Amino acid sequence: MILAATGPEIAFWGFAVVAGIAGFFVVGSRNVVHAALYLVGVLGSVGAIYIVLGAEFVGWVQILIYVGAIVVLLLFGIMLTKAPIGGVALDNNQRPVAFIVAATTFGGLTWIIWRTFGGTRIRLSPTRTAQIGNSLFTHFVLPFEAVSVLLLAALVGAIVLARRD
Amino acid sequence: MSYYWQYGTLGALTAVGGAFVVIAFLGNRLMRPRKPRVEKATTYECGMDPVGEGWSNTHIRYYLFAFLFVIFDVESVFLFPWAVQLEKLRPQGTVLVEMIVFIGILAIGLLYAWKKKVLEWVK
Repeated sequence: MILAATGPEIAFWGFAVVAGIAGFFVVGSRNVVHAALYLVGVLGSVGAIYIVLGAEFVGWVQILIYVGAIVVLLLFGIMLTKAPIGGVALDNNQRPVAFIVAATTFGGLTWIIWRTFGGTRIRLSPTRTAQIGNSLFTHFVLPFEAVSVLLLAALVGAIVLARRD
Repeated sequence: MSYYWQYGTLGALTAVGGAFVVIAFLGNRLMRPRKPRVEKATTYECGMDPVGEGWSNTHIRYYLFAFLFVIFDVESVFLFPWAVQLEKLRPQGTVLVEMIVFIGILAIGLLYAWKKKVLEWVK
């Protein structure tokens, strides 16, 4: 299988490895700002994986929204705190419990994905943005409008929390 | 296969760009004289001596502006598939109204922020 690897397969594995390593540093780095910057690596690699799998629009949305906007929001959120960064170990004595929870989640997800999609061959064919627009504005109009209400609620909530007047 | 060829070109261009930066900085490092001093290592802040730590506690209004940016970023993302399909879907329905409703609901949020004086940069 490795010998017959095609270009997209090699790209997928490359980005998957980068995402995994960066994800390890997100949880492993002592400096929260560094963790946020490693998160850029994770989200960017996941976006690239979407593009490799043919979901071009979703991939670029991932890069535009998550890398471009959510990480900025996260950095401002970090800078709101008074916590000193770097040097101090952001750790507590719950490592075994955390390990059990993480291992169970990982194992459960792997099992479910394996049970559902194991052995399925994916035919890589790019989805066009026009197809997404077509289904979004004919079949999924209500969820689309619900998104705007959700965003409005989030914005009003943030303003209410931030301002006391 | 043209889809992957296009991204292959993009990837090759990114690799060449990255290699250019690495080679330029590496060449610079190999050829320049190296005489480190304490003054040289300080952070450059318009010629002034830097004050305090790199860490500073920012005001929450930065967060609210970032939040507004996220929301209208998401809105602009939905504009792309809409704009691509607008001409095609227009004869058979309400595609224009759908987007006006969407933007209208988000505009209420912007009006709320304006009313709550989030947009003003008070000192």
